Amino acid sequence: MILMALEWGLAAMLVGGGIFALIGSWGLLRLPDPMQRLHAPTKATTVGVGAALVASGLGLTLTDGVISLQEALVAVFLFVTAPLSALWLARVHLWQRVPKDSLPPPVSGDWAVFHGADAADPAGRTGDGPAR
Amino acid sequence: MILGYALIFAMGCFSLALLMNLWRIASAPTMADRILAVDTMTVNVIALITLYGAWMGTSILFEVTMLLAMTGFVATVAFAKHILRGSIIE
Repeated sequence: MILMALEWGLAAMLVGGGIFALIGSWGLLRLPDPMQRLHAPTKATTVGVGAALVASGLGLTLTDGVISLQEALVAVFLFVTAPLSALWLARVHLWQRVPKDSLPPPVSGDWAVFHGADAADPAGRTGDGPAR
Repeated sequence: MILGYALIFAMGCFSLALLMNLWRIASAPTMADRILAVDTMTVNVIALITLYGAWMGTSILFEVTMLLAMTGFVATVAFAKHILRGSIIE
């Protein structure tokens, strides 16, 4: 009985994870703004993959009788690195698309993204990086 | 029984998500979108390999997913850094 409930729980986790991943990739295709497009894969897909990994780990634990934490390790790694990827891609977006004048001034110092850039010509940025 | 069907459904979902990512790479409006699509593709492949391992009932594919997670993250940061700075290791 408990085994049955656990099986249904794992199945629901797998289905939910798959749907979340699908929504994430669909959002990457369909959202209009580049900063909005950053949201879909970094949040929905991460949750979907996390659900799939945890379900797989629990399934192996259930069938083999040995507690397997390997999938949890990968899930934790993905949960840690997904915000960092999003941060770097947001910086790329700021660098390539957003004029420096349109940004509010930070509390102290300068925007780290534009540090080292040619301040006189913020609009002429390309993908090739600043002249250093 | 129900677990097998759920596994097949989840693998189908992740495969479809991979195809969407491929389409995004082909039709990305900006460079950041293309990098993001590659990153999402890596994450979806990790899930697909894990589910395949669960389907086969083995845990030997764990190392593959771990390596993919690491190299995928480093590749994303390296791409972004290359665009921002022109060099990856300063």
